[in-house]
Amino acid sequence: MSTVSMTVNGKAVCGEVESRTLLVQFLRENLGLTGTHVGCDTSQCGACVIHVNGKSVKSCTMLAIQADGADVTTIEGLADEAGLHPMQQAFMDNHGLQCGFCTPGMVMSALDIVNRNGNELDESTVRKELEGNICRCTGYHNIVKAVQAGAKAMGGS
Amino acid sequence: MYEFNYRKVDSVAAAVEAMQQAEDGKFVAGGQTMLPTMKHRLASPSDLIDLGGVAELTVVNVEDGNLTVGAMTTHAAVAASAEVQRAIPALARLAGNIGDPAVRNRGTIGGSIANHDPAADYPAAVIALGATVQTSKRAIPAEEFFTGMFETALEEDEIVTSVSFPLPEAAAYMKFENPASRYAIVGVFVAKTGGEVRVGVTGATACAHRGLLLEEAMGGELDASGIDSVELPVEQMNSDIHASAEYRAHLVKVMTKRAVEACR
Repeated sequence: MSTVSMTVNGKAVCGEVESRTLLVQFLRENLGLTGTHVGCDTSQCGACVIHVNGKSVKSCTMLAIQADGADVTTIEGLADEAGLHPMQQAFMDNHGLQCGFCTPGMVMSALDIVNRNGNELDESTVRKELEGNICRCTGYHNIVKAVQAGAKAMGGS
Repeated sequence: MYEFNYRKVDSVAAAVEAMQQAEDGKFVAGGQTMLPTMKHRLASPSDLIDLGGVAELTVVNVEDGNLTVGAMTTHAAVAASAEVQRAIPALARLAGNIGDPAVRNRGTIGGSIANHDPAADYPAAVIALGATVQTSKRAIPAEEFFTGMFETALEEDEIVTSVSFPLPEAAAYMKFENPASRYAIVGVFVAKTGGEVRVGVTGATACAHRGLLLEEAMGGELDASGIDSVELPVEQMNSDIHASAEYRAHLVKVMTKRAVEACR
């Protein structure tokens, strides 16, 4: 067992992990942050996307020990006392989810898209950029609309 | 995943030493193939030696007519690099279409070529551009590097440190991708370098290779008019649920023509 320490959603945390403990397991099982989901074991579905040092990664495809010293943001780190993050609100307003399982990963990927592409996103950019996030309910149309609306709202805030 | 010893190193020399001490060690670069493989218990190394902290492996520069990309440079970094975009824009575009954004933030060029998935994108570029793979021991020409499906010329304790690409006059990569994984069902990289046209093919066969029959049909020019009449060896093509051997042979020619067109 090794001790890892990192910053998660602005808070310093540490814990004991095996070498093989995945970052997503550490978040869910050690820290109780169960908003980050595991939808596959092939690194394809994107339900586990979080930000590590400001970049989107699949937390099922990174070891907890590799995040030692890193700055991690999960879906739980987005809303504040004033309410939902504009991207979360946009998913709600645009019916960008049905069962909700893929939503945390979708939202975290969406924020990464905004970080790299700005607040005015065309549909084809959003569709291409969401290639690593699979949704089995919505058919994606409302997710794409939500990401575009959320991006715009972030620019206005 | 079975438990293993995790070894984080900060230099190539330390990584080699850790490997020599390990019973059955593996290097991990971005881990985007290694970790899923271990999760599925298709690999169970005794030691995982993480190259993530080796700063000397992330250099990107253009010098003496060569673009050199450090082995631990992520796909996202290659795609976004102004230097790569200027020197070999086709390589930046190739990197920007590997996997998906989160995978590109972790996956690296060194990991990709050392793994040599027969459907990976980079091998086609490495071959067509006549690159040289620099390792902790030697320099390996592209055509000698890829030796078979998931096999390379690398020895157990040898690390890819960088890849050097001679700057081409023209280059383009076209891939017919699997819509779920974005791996190449067939990918063809065409480059004209120093007056010579080379074709690198991935996805089609067990091993990324140079498309010599296609090159011959082009007669050293970026001219696709003779491609249709090339007879590719169908029996050597991969055949799976995604595409039959015949279809792959057809796709190789179509992707070659598109790449030549994009070069012009």
